[in-house]
This record gives sequence, C-alpha cells and structure tokens, in this order.
Amino acid sequence: MDAKEIIARRVALELRDGMLVNLGIGLPTLVARFIPQGMSVAMQSENGLIGFSAPPPDGMENRDLIDAGGGFIMSLPGAASFDSATSFALIRGGHVDMAVLGALQIDAAGHLASWMIPGKFTPGMGGAMDLVAGAKRVIIAMQHVAKGEPKIVETLTLPPTAARRVSLIVTELAVIEPTDEGLALRERAPGVSVADIVASTGARLIVPEVTPEMPLCRD
Amino acid sequence: MRKSAITVEAAAALVFDGARVMIGGFLGVGSPDRLIDALVARGARALTIIGNDTAYPNVGVGRLIEAGCVARVEVSHIGTNPTTQRLMSAGAIDMELIPQGTLAERIRAGGAGLGGVLTPTGVGTVVAQGKQVIEIDGANFLIEKPLRADFALLRAHEADYYGNLTYRLTAANFNPVMAFAADCVIVEANEIVPVGVIPPDAVRTPGVLVTHIVGRAR
Repeated sequence: MDAKEIIARRVALELRDGMLVNLGIGLPTLVARFIPQGMSVAMQSENGLIGFSAPPPDGMENRDLIDAGGGFIMSLPGAASFDSATSFALIRGGHVDMAVLGALQIDAAGHLASWMIPGKFTPGMGGAMDLVAGAKRVIIAMQHVAKGEPKIVETLTLPPTAARRVSLIVTELAVIEPTDEGLALRERAPGVSVADIVASTGARLIVPEVTPEMPLCRD
Repeated sequence: MRKSAITVEAAAALVFDGARVMIGGFLGVGSPDRLIDALVARGARALTIIGNDTAYPNVGVGRLIEAGCVARVEVSHIGTNPTTQRLMSAGAIDMELIPQGTLAERIRAGGAGLGGVLTPTGVGTVVAQGKQVIEIDGANFLIEKPLRADFALLRAHEADYYGNLTYRLTAANFNPVMAFAADCVIVEANEIVPVGVIPPDAVRTPGVLVTHIVGRAR
C-alpha cells in the first residue's frame, strides 16, 4: 500500500452516512474509492453538482459534465446541478459537512497554506479559501514531507489560505489534530514510530503516553 | 421583448478594445466558444476578462490569452494555463486573484444592485489586504465590492427569441450570475428554440436580461 492509499483510506474513515462531502483536486479525490459499500455519501463538485461518480467509459463523456479538476464525471440518479453562486452558498453556508483538501504547509496553530509559492507558482486559490472558511470540517490529506522538508512547520512561510484552523491532518505517517494547545498526535501509521513522526515534523507535537495505530479499514 | 439573432462577427464587433468582459465557463465547459473565436478573429485587444479561470492554452478563455487579446484577468484560478502564468510573471497580463465563492457573490452583487457583500472568505489572508473588515456578532467579515462589466458573453443550452435561457449540468457555472452584471449581455446557445418551447419554470435566466443572441453556426 503506497502513501497515497494509506492517506485516502484513513480519511475515508471520517465519512459518515448522509454527509455532503467536497473532495479537492489531486490526492483528496482518491478518498472516493474507499467509501464503504452501503454508505450514502453525497459528493459535491464546486463547479455546480451534487451526486456524481467515477469517470464515464470511453466514448460516453458528456462535454457539459466535469468535476472541479476538469475530468469527465457521471451524474448519479438524484443528482442536482446549480450555478456557481449556489454552489458556494452551499460551501460558505456550512452545508458541506466535510471538505478534504491538499496542503503545501500547515503551521503549529493548524493554519493551512495551499494556493501559492511566491515567485514560483501561483495557481490561485480557486474554491479553497471558501471551503476552509465554510465547510463544517476541513480535513487535510497530504504527504508528511515534500522533497525531504517537513510540510508541518512552526510558522507558515507561504501565504495562508484562511484564518480558520483545519480540523484534522492525515498523512501516511500520522493523524494529527490541531487543538487550542497545539498539534496533538492522535495516531501513527502501521510500522511507524512516534520518533519517526516527530523527526519528520517541523512543529512541536503534543504526544500522548500511548499513540494508537492508525486504522485503515472499518471494524 | 423579441430579439433577432445577430452573427458572431457582429457580436465580436460590439466588444470594443479595452472592454471589461465577463465570460462564463469553468475550465472551458460552459464557455461561448464561437464568440471567443470571433473575438480572436477580430483581433480584439486589451480586454479585461472576468471569469472563473483561463482554462487551458487554446481552450475557452485560454484562446484569448494565446491570441494576445487580454491585458488583465480577474479570476479565481490560473493553475491549468501555463501561458497565463508566464504572461503574468512577465508583467504582460495584470491579474487579480479572487476566491471563487467571492467572485460569484461579487458578480451577483453587481447584478443585484447591492453595494457589496460581507464574506468570511479571505479574512487573515492576502485577499484581505486593503479591504475593510467588519465584526458582526463576534465574527469577522471582509467587505467585498460588487463587480460589473461592459459585456457578459454567455453560453446557454437553449435560448428562445425573448432571450430566456436554460443551462445544462456543470455548464451553467458562472453564466446565470453574469447575465445580471453587464451592460450588454450576449448569449451563444446550443439550440435556439421558438418562444414558448421553454416552460416558465425551466427558465434559469429571464430573457429581459439578454441584449443579443447569436445565430446558429452556418
């Protein structure tokens, strides 16, 4: 199981029946593969749709039906389409139960940077600032380090995405929850020691006496 | 009420150089492709484009970027178009990045006669620079001003000759809000249907908002 699958599987355990969920572009999209059979989770695409599934078979694409990353999707029975103002009223208005987003950096207070690297890369924030401001829970799905450098840092060196802190950080090494006291280590991945996690993290972690192992499937 | 269809060339001739132009679409889906091509063919210059993104090189708004028609963009995302990023870095295109939900609400405010919107999005970020922050019931909100344009170029699924519009699936995106927010609203539809074919409950943009519809492709 590679790092991305570990992350996607663990994030999927946060899903609950009946949730409205928005998955960001990239790694977060993988979470959809691990929705348990029988669980009813509604997926929102910020460009104006609730209720979609995997890409259509070749030749069955509908040119008017894409996800927020530009990939073709299929609408499910019961799907609803709407304009961008309505889509972001859903997002900002707290109607989205859970947003899963990628990250460039997270700081010790749980603040996210995800939309630009000054002087290098300015993709723009798209819908990320609205999602972090408005979704009920914001879960970060990211690899723990990038090019050997910790992505979890004491202070952001990149421009923040929001003033609000994220709800949970899931990496291939650990589950970490930002709290009023700081970043609390909640779980460690199978075969990963607390020392490994601390060594790969650029901010102080609140480490419990016993750190439980990260589950990767439901009981 | 009744409108006669104009050609895409005539529509492109209306859009003067230097105009502020809203263009519907999300990564090219729901963009008025024939109108965009006609602007490129006319050699439009110094346009300010307001929309979600600049799509991909040579797709949707990206075709205007490639053809050098654009001086400024007010968008939420340019990550899919390296040409826009390159031109921005080189100083050849001005850019204002706007969070997507804020962009939608600023356009809505511009079309709905509102003096702006209060949003939590962007508080504590560079988006808040130079903007007033207001505290309401203990929470902070940014004052975001309304957006309007000289032209809105829209893509609809159906249009009738009153200008009533329907949209399909994710091709609606910014089109319905933009229909309110420009002095001149030009629509390119997949189908033009007789008045009465679109049931009132199916109309998503009332025809009174539309200035011109462009005729079928020849």
